[in-house]
Amino acid sequence: MTPPVNQAANQGARRLLVLIPAFNEESAVGGVVREVRSAVPGTPILVADDCSVDATRTEARLAGAQVLALPHHLGLGGCVQAGYRLAYELGYDYVIRVDGDGQHDPRDIPTILKALERGDCEMVIGSRFVDDDGTHTSWLRAAGIVFFRAVLRPILGRPVRDPTSGFVGVNRTALALFSATFPLEYPEIEALVVLQRKRFRFVEVPCRFRPRHSGQSTITPVKSLYYIIHVLLGVFVNVLKFEGRRK
Amino acid sequence: MDRLFDVVAVFSLVLIVWVLSSVRRTRIRVEYSVSWLLAGAVLLVLASWRTLDDWIASALGISNSFIALAVIAGAAFLVVLYRLSLRISGLKDSSITLAQQVAILEFRLEALNEKRRIE
Repeated sequence: MTPPVNQAANQGARRLLVLIPAFNEESAVGGVVREVRSAVPGTPILVADDCSVDATRTEARLAGAQVLALPHHLGLGGCVQAGYRLAYELGYDYVIRVDGDGQHDPRDIPTILKALERGDCEMVIGSRFVDDDGTHTSWLRAAGIVFFRAVLRPILGRPVRDPTSGFVGVNRTALALFSATFPLEYPEIEALVVLQRKRFRFVEVPCRFRPRHSGQSTITPVKSLYYIIHVLLGVFVNVLKFEGRRK
Repeated sequence: MDRLFDVVAVFSLVLIVWVLSSVRRTRIRVEYSVSWLLAGAVLLVLASWRTLDDWIASALGISNSFIALAVIAGAAFLVVLYRLSLRISGLKDSSITLAQQVAILEFRLEALNEKRRIE
């Protein structure tokens, strides 16, 4: 039985929460929750539902997760941040995000958790490129990844292999930051810049990625140009952002 | 040329009346109507006062006074649109925070009710 999200933070030894953002994922989210339960038994699972119009909430609850139900659609970043805020308020030490479409393999959660528990970084990215060639990645996404690797290299001061991966784990320090500041659309790349501005560290660990169980990717060829412009602008705004003088 | 100025004057009058009417029907809040009323008033003054247009055109180095009017009108409306973009961005941020807080409070309330039910 999965422990309730609001109690596990006070009782669990390692205080991990698995966060699954979902929007209209009724056919996949139940399977993802069950896989997570099997991969990390006894870990609380929170599905942040971005005001789906299908049975996502019901499927998630039936599979054993608790649901954070947003009253209107916020987009991926707003949805993930809501989960981070709740986890931070409840005192969790680690949050690992797994997408609700089934692309991330929950069997890799222990790998990400192990890297977080080593304590030498604030964020761990599950990367499809550390040991793998990213076979399941579309050519459009692969081209975007290569482009943003080049853009981020001088900003981060180090290479990042999979900047668009949403399979990430954060510790409590990063959780505090992301609860207050988190990019709202296409958050993965901008989040790296937000981390860098605070001099936080990240590591990448090899993870398995799979084709989506169902539904459509949010990044379609038509939206790709908008995506590139939006993310580039977001990256540079974050680089230039002035947060005021220290009090 | 005079007819163009007349058209702009009529357009600015229509804009002012339209905005005032919307304020009266509470379809637009007073604080958001001020920018539009100011832009309409500036346009009306410029369209009615040719000597001022000629002086502005000369100051800007523009030979045609109507182009000077169009440049000023364009700039005024850009300022109004920018102010509205600022306002919309602020409202969106507030709306996101509010939605997240509502979801979190609802979640915690449900958990509390569940706990009471079990006890």
